[in-house]
Amino acid sequence: MTRIDKGAGSAVTVRGLVKHYGGTKALDGVDLDVREGTVMGVLGPNGAGKTTLVRILSTLLTPTAGHATVAGYDVVRQPRQLRRVIGLTGQYASVDEKLPGWENLYLIGRLLDLSRKEARSRADELLERFSLTDAARRPAATYSGGMRRRLDLAASMIGRPAVLYLDEPTTGLDPRTRNEVWDEVKRLVGDGVTVLLTTQYMEEAEQLASELTVVDRGKVIASGGIEELKSRVGGRTLRIRPADPLRLRPLADALDALGITGLATTTVDTERASVLVPVLSDEQLTAVVGAVTGMDLTLSSLTTELPSLDEVFLSLTGHRASAPQDAVPAGTPEEVAA
Amino acid sequence: MSAVTVTTGPRADTRIPLRAHVRHTGALVRRNLLWIRQDPESMFDAVLFPIVFTLLFVYVFGGSIGQSLGGGQQAYVQYIVPGLMAMMGMNMAQGVGTGFNQDFNTGVMDRFRSLPIGRGSVLFAKISVEMLRMLIATAILMVVGVLVGFDITDWPGLFAAVGLSAVFGSALMWIFITLGVVMKNAQSVQAMGFLVLMPLQFGSSIFAPTQSMPGWLEAFTRYNPLSSLADAARGLMVGGPVAHDLWMTLAWSVGITAVMAPVAIHKFRTKS
Repeated sequence: MTRIDKGAGSAVTVRGLVKHYGGTKALDGVDLDVREGTVMGVLGPNGAGKTTLVRILSTLLTPTAGHATVAGYDVVRQPRQLRRVIGLTGQYASVDEKLPGWENLYLIGRLLDLSRKEARSRADELLERFSLTDAARRPAATYSGGMRRRLDLAASMIGRPAVLYLDEPTTGLDPRTRNEVWDEVKRLVGDGVTVLLTTQYMEEAEQLASELTVVDRGKVIASGGIEELKSRVGGRTLRIRPADPLRLRPLADALDALGITGLATTTVDTERASVLVPVLSDEQLTAVVGAVTGMDLTLSSLTTELPSLDEVFLSLTGHRASAPQDAVPAGTPEEVAA
Repeated sequence: MSAVTVTTGPRADTRIPLRAHVRHTGALVRRNLLWIRQDPESMFDAVLFPIVFTLLFVYVFGGSIGQSLGGGQQAYVQYIVPGLMAMMGMNMAQGVGTGFNQDFNTGVMDRFRSLPIGRGSVLFAKISVEMLRMLIATAILMVVGVLVGFDITDWPGLFAAVGLSAVFGSALMWIFITLGVVMKNAQSVQAMGFLVLMPLQFGSSIFAPTQSMPGWLEAFTRYNPLSSLADAARGLMVGGPVAHDLWMTLAWSVGITAVMAPVAIHKFRTKS
C-alpha cells in the first residue's frame, strides 16, 4: 500500500482522491498521473478543487478517501519523506515578508537540514540565479510582485525538489511580470524538474504545460496532451463575419435552428463581430457554409480556426472558464474555504 | 537533480532525530529574533507595558488604595508590583497566540508545514522568543518598581514568582494558540484576549484588595485563578502566606493545559 508501482516515470500518481468539507465535495474522485520531467497543467475555474489537490499532495490536507503518491511516497503514510522531495510555490505557501530575501532562503535551507555553510551558499546561489542578489538584504515586503514570485520560486528550489508544485503562480500579476515568471518556470523545466501547475488561464497552460488535466467541480472532465485535447473537442471552429454586424444574432440563431453541427451551440463574438461555429467534420463544415450561402447575406470573411483552450473548456463543461485572456488576471483567491 | 528516485524509501515514515529538532527550533528562533531586528517597534509593548502600568497604578490609585492597605502609596507599591508580575505570563501567552495567527494568515505556516520538520519546532521557537520578551519586560518592571520604591526582600522568592507567572502563562498559551488558529486575524485575537482577560484581571486581586468589593464579586475573585496567581506572587515576593495560592495556581495551570492543549493541538493539526 505504501507505494504504487507505475513503472519508471510516474512522479505523481493520484487515484480516486476525494476531499469533503462538511457537505461540499472539493474533490470528488480525482485520478492523475504526472510523468517524470514533464509539466502537468491542472486547469479549471475558481472552486474547481485545484488548490485542494495541491494541498493534499503537499501533505497540508488529509484526503477523505483515495490515495496519492509523490516520488513513490504516500501522502498520508510518509508525509515527512514526501516533504523532502517537493517544492511548493503558491498563492498560500509564502515566504516570510518580514525577513530579507537571503534570510528566507537560509532559514528554509536550515529547516531542510543543510549545514550552515551549505545553507549560506545555496541562498547566495539561488538569489543569483533568480536575479535577486541586489535585493538580498531587503525585507521581502519591499519586493515588487515579480520579485516576490521569483523569491517564492527560489524558496521552493532550495531542497532540489523532484516535484515542484506551482499553484496559480501568476494570479494577480500584470502581463509583463507574468511573462517574467513564465520564463523562470521554463528555465526550471529545462533543468528537468517535474512540475504540477494549477492555473485558470488557458494561455498559461498552453505556454508551460505539455499535458493537461481539466477539472471542474472536483472532477476530472478531460485529460491528455494539449494538442490531443484540442482535436478531441472537435478540430475546428468556423468563424463567419457578416458585413453587417446587425446580422450577427439572426445568423447565429438561424444556424442553431438548422442543428447541423451537433455541438452545443454557436457563439457570438461581438468584439470581433463574428459568429463562431464549432464543426466536427469536413461534411459539417461544407453543410454550414452551404447554409450560410443560401441566406442572402454578404460576408466579409470566413475562416477556420483551431479551438483555443478557452473553447475547449467551454465545450467540455458548458460554461466559460475565465475572463477574457487579455484582461489582467483578477486576484480572486480560489477556494477560500480550503 | 535530486538523488531521490521512485524506487527508494522504506515503508514507514522517517522519524525526526532530536538533534534535528533542536537545529530546526534554533533556525526558527533566529527567524523570530530577526523580526525584532527588522521591526524594533514590536518590542514597544514589552518595554512600555511595565513602565506605563507601574506608573499609572502607583501614582493614580496608589494613594487611596494604599490607605486601605494601611500604609499609603508605599504599601501599594509592594502590592501592585507582584500583581503586574502575574500579568507578565499572560502577555507572553497572548504574544504566542497572535504570532501563530500571523503565520497562518500570511501563508508562512503553510510553507513550514510543507517542510520535513516537526510542527513542535515552530511552537518551541515562538515560545522561546516570547519568554525572552517576557524576561525583558520583567526586568524593566523590576527596575521601574525599585525606582518607585519597591523593596526586593526575597530574591529567590522573586525568581520563583517569575517562574510561576511563566508557568501560568504557558497554560493560558494553549487558549491563545487555539484562538490564533481559529480567528481570522491578529486584531481579533488581541480583541478576544482583551475581552476575556480584562474582566478576569480587574475582577481579581491583581490591582486592588478584594475585601471592599460587593459580595458576589468578592466570591468571583476568590475562585478567579488570577487572584491565586497574584496572591502567590505577592507571597513569594514580599512575604505572607503562599502555599494555598501556589497550589491553586499550579492546579489551574495543569487543568487549563489538560483541557486546552489537546484542543489547540487538534485545531493546529487539522487547520486546512
